[in-house]
Amino acid sequence: MTRPRALVVSAPGTNRDNDVAYALSLSGADPVRMPLHVLVRRPQRLLDAQMVVFAGGFSHADALGAGALAGLEVERSLSDELRAFVASGRPVLGICNGFQILVRSGLLPGSLMHNIDGRFVCRWVTLEVVGTTPCVWTSGIDGPIDCPVAHGEGRYIASDEVIGAHTVLRYADGTNPNGSMLDSAGVTDATGMVLGLMPHPENHVVDRQHPRWHRGEHRNLARSLFDSGVAHVKAAG
Amino acid sequence: MATTGQQWRLEIDSIDSGAAARRLAERARRLLGPIAHPVRSITTTSLYLVAEPVDQAGRALLLQALVDPATQRGTWTVADATAPPPGRAADRDNCPFVEVSLRPGVTDPVGDAFSRAAALLGLRGLTGRSGTRFLFDADVDPHVVRLVADALLHNDIVDEVSFDAPIRARFVSLSTNDSVEVVAVRGLSDQELVELSRSRGLALDPVEMIAVRDFFASIERDPTDAEIEMIAQTWSEHCSHKTFRAQITWGDGTVVEPLLTQLRRSTDAIAAPWVRSAFVDNAGIVAFDESFDIAVKVETHNHPSAVEPFGGANTGVGGVIRDVLGVAADPIAVTDVLCFGPMDTPIDSLPVGVLHPQRVRDGVVAGVADYGNKMGIPTVAGAVVHQEGFTSNPLVFAGCIGLRPAGLVLTGQEPGDRIVVLGGATGRDGIRGATFSSATMDASTGDVAGASVQIGDPITEKLVADALVDARDLGLFTAITDCGAGGFSSAVGEIAATLGADVELASAPRKYPGLAPWELWLSEAQERMVLAVRPGNLEALSTICREHSVAMADLGSFRDDGRLVVRCDGRVIVDLPGEFLHEGRPIRQLVAERPQEPMPTGRRDAAQIVAHAGELLLAVLSHPDVRSNEDIVRGFDHEILGATVGRPFLGAEDDGPGNAAVIAPLQSTSGRGLSVGIGMNCRTGVFDARRMAEASVDEAVRNVVAVGADPEQISLLDNFSWGDPRRPEMLGRLVDAVAGCCDSANAFGAPFVSGKDSLNNEYVAADGTRRSIPPTLVITAIGIVPDADRIVTSDAKGPENALILVGHTRSELRGSVLDAVLGIDGGGVVPGGAPDSPMRMRAIHSAMVNGLVQSAHDVSDGGLGVAVAEMAIGGRLGVSVAFGTAVSSPESVVDALFSESSGRMLLEVVPEHGEELCATTGGVVIGHFTDEARIVWRIDDQGIIDMDLDDALQAWRGHVAEGNGQP
Repeated sequence: MTRPRALVVSAPGTNRDNDVAYALSLSGADPVRMPLHVLVRRPQRLLDAQMVVFAGGFSHADALGAGALAGLEVERSLSDELRAFVASGRPVLGICNGFQILVRSGLLPGSLMHNIDGRFVCRWVTLEVVGTTPCVWTSGIDGPIDCPVAHGEGRYIASDEVIGAHTVLRYADGTNPNGSMLDSAGVTDATGMVLGLMPHPENHVVDRQHPRWHRGEHRNLARSLFDSGVAHVKAAG
Repeated sequence: MATTGQQWRLEIDSIDSGAAARRLAERARRLLGPIAHPVRSITTTSLYLVAEPVDQAGRALLLQALVDPATQRGTWTVADATAPPPGRAADRDNCPFVEVSLRPGVTDPVGDAFSRAAALLGLRGLTGRSGTRFLFDADVDPHVVRLVADALLHNDIVDEVSFDAPIRARFVSLSTNDSVEVVAVRGLSDQELVELSRSRGLALDPVEMIAVRDFFASIERDPTDAEIEMIAQTWSEHCSHKTFRAQITWGDGTVVEPLLTQLRRSTDAIAAPWVRSAFVDNAGIVAFDESFDIAVKVETHNHPSAVEPFGGANTGVGGVIRDVLGVAADPIAVTDVLCFGPMDTPIDSLPVGVLHPQRVRDGVVAGVADYGNKMGIPTVAGAVVHQEGFTSNPLVFAGCIGLRPAGLVLTGQEPGDRIVVLGGATGRDGIRGATFSSATMDASTGDVAGASVQIGDPITEKLVADALVDARDLGLFTAITDCGAGGFSSAVGEIAATLGADVELASAPRKYPGLAPWELWLSEAQERMVLAVRPGNLEALSTICREHSVAMADLGSFRDDGRLVVRCDGRVIVDLPGEFLHEGRPIRQLVAERPQEPMPTGRRDAAQIVAHAGELLLAVLSHPDVRSNEDIVRGFDHEILGATVGRPFLGAEDDGPGNAAVIAPLQSTSGRGLSVGIGMNCRTGVFDARRMAEASVDEAVRNVVAVGADPEQISLLDNFSWGDPRRPEMLGRLVDAVAGCCDSANAFGAPFVSGKDSLNNEYVAADGTRRSIPPTLVITAIGIVPDADRIVTSDAKGPENALILVGHTRSELRGSVLDAVLGIDGGGVVPGGAPDSPMRMRAIHSAMVNGLVQSAHDVSDGGLGVAVAEMAIGGRLGVSVAFGTAVSSPESVVDALFSESSGRMLLEVVPEHGEELCATTGGVVIGHFTDEARIVWRIDDQGIIDMDLDDALQAWRGHVAEGNGQP
């Protein structure tokens, strides 16, 4: 298959959709913007896509809590279709606000609360891939990846069992920016098709984006997450 | 209005509100001191107040949809005029509480989102308003609760507040108001005219009022309220820059060339080939690469930020982004320069009606972050300074940079083109902003300014921006401008200045009924853009707007005779010739006086300073204007768009100071970066505004050169925030500063392409005494980095590498941070321009191109001691500095450490290239970096500083350091 079709879903206030589309095309996908209000009216638009990414931002200004209103839209009008999409072996990614939307809509377990210090934070973190992961987005990635976080409501809360079973990305020692339990930075669903994470892999897809690249530090691109997702889709043919 | 009877409310608590409650209480104690000591926690509860009755099923649906049971507790209660305080009694027993809700008509995104959520759940027609409850500990005295609430929890300008009783949201009156008042001006005496200007808050000079009277006498009628308000807006300092266009004479009779003419003449003389547009459009436009031009603008939003810090700063950012949209560019970066009073100002020392600097800072910082973060534009550069003079008049300079296709041409409006408004609906928000911002402030400013405060909606502006870019690429509009100060009256007034127009306001989307026609015309409701559109393109444009969920309205069409005719439901409310509106204002006549130079208040004891050099260096490093403001900057998203390669904080631990931002736009393939640097010094203007301006230009230029920008392609912006220019000395300083700007621009061959002035930044106390801000000039430099993969940063890279100082250190300590730390004005000279700076910057740049420079850092606030320490901190390396006998007298040691002379740059170089770099830049090796984490200064083999790197780091972070830095 050539360039799998990837829907980049955005609600009013989504603002990293361009960054995500850029990352997807570097990874060999063909990104297509899809406003959430269109998708909820015509869920069949999912059918001609091989993957879906819920991009970050402030959907509806996060006015009722991060991702709450968009999550409500997804839960009421799209969750069945998305579950069918996933069941058919096609991956779904939620980044930052997209993660919050997937959690609020019940597609991923747990909750995301205000950062432990109550403040929005923008800084670079290092993510470790949890060894035994069924997640198609992280499979084949060894070694830590660096990328920035930029959020105020990213503290992941769930039972130890849920975190143990679903966490596929962890903040490396000392880089947990928000007080997430057990340093959980990204979680997958039971199928391994869905990944939600707070950090922004789409903002480390070329070397010069890394803050210490000019010091000669060479860290792994977070682009590998998109590469893995695209590779899975291509393999599935 | 739903003010009587029952009102349903959903109350939502977080399961771990404790930490937040303690933090809020701590802020209250920091602000109020001992009296607030009993305040140990202030627990917040979110309130959704509903105008209409909600049935059981509806309440259950909303509860389930809006409350995350794992992390929140939600309760529905009824607020009743007679009911006891709502909520779980256990919390409430004897606990004092305060409830706050936005006034009717104030933009409330949370309330709107609640209404949307209800609709989504099939509960049509529910109107929500948001509110917050602040619950205190039971033993806190009601009087203290009130103090805390007034100091921290509400702002009368936008909020309603209720103590120990449930607040009842009031919803906007639906009563219609289509009255058009006729304002009698004909036959008024000059004195009566002055009174009219004052009572209506027109902020017009007597001669201007006379011109208005004479014009209407000539057309034999009196103006409508809409006309006189529109004239006041159009002729305001904010919109017409009458001081920068004024005829100025020195007291001795010598005539000064109008300030704006001076700046433009300097730009014309430089005749830079990369300048596409200077001083004419909403933003300056310069070349970036073959595919893109850069649009850049910096605005001030001082007065609104003083009365409502969050909303003022928030809409300041939104406004400057619209300036960039107003030249059809995509916004790609935001900058912010913030000036506050001292954070330790005793709250009881504040003038009446003035908010505490901590409150102002928290609100302004949150407002800047909210707009940039939510709109998805990185905030990449800025500065924060503190001075007593900013306590009553804080300053907010918001900048925006955009990209647009190279050589983009808008064909321009023609008769018959439609006048179309995109974006937000119009409400009563922000009436008379331009005249408000052109007046001085006093104790009543807060009250009268109520309607002048706007609250932003970044989500709407993001949608408008996306729609505009699509419309631009399809060539669907012929001209564009933004709705800023003055609202439609200035936006339509400008875009129709020469052609004139027929406008019908009935079709303009409104937030609520009840707006008088003149309010509709003058409202500064945010997030609106005005376009000129060929009739044939209306359909295509409305399709794009639908796709982006953007409201669009057709307001009318352009005429060909220059007349502006505005109707509201058919009634004429404005009928004026454009030439009177735009050329009818009498040129302002102003007199300037040479400012009195203040007498020094003390003298610097060089021997003592040298004896305590280490302690003083730590004190300078921790001075609020020098120390790291990373805690603020981390609240801004500087990573979004993936283009920020030169960051505000960087280095081994990502916490060293960046010289200037570098942006490498993903949409560009040239590999170039654009650099944004800022130069300012608000400590020296009171001594010598001309040298202050020279030094500020020099600093801005050095900042962009330090990251790798080509000094032969730099563009500049000037932003003046000043006191009342009708005071001759104040004007004298302004004239001096403009002269300094022009001289330095010419010296560097760096043209000014845009600028803005905010004058009248004064506070008149009850006793009539005036407090003015210090003369404040912000210079923004835009540079081009040839290869964004090879930016240079300030953090030290390697032990053994040599440290080279380029440029001369003179004894320029007046207005220095050292003096601020010593608490004296030690006299002497303030730093000015450096004649050899342009030549040295060129030499440094070619050394960078040749790969000789490992790191670079400009020397400015605090002097060489600070700059060296910052490079060491950024690289987490030690540094050893040694000066020979040339610097042996105590005075010369003080200069070497603390003088703030311009034109200086520090360069790190590998040892084998040291000589070559010194030869080409005229620099001298002053030391080297080490892998021992200490900062060591030796003069003539005498150790004068030997401190732990960590002590310097702690001081620079604003923490009190352990060591005293003495050898």
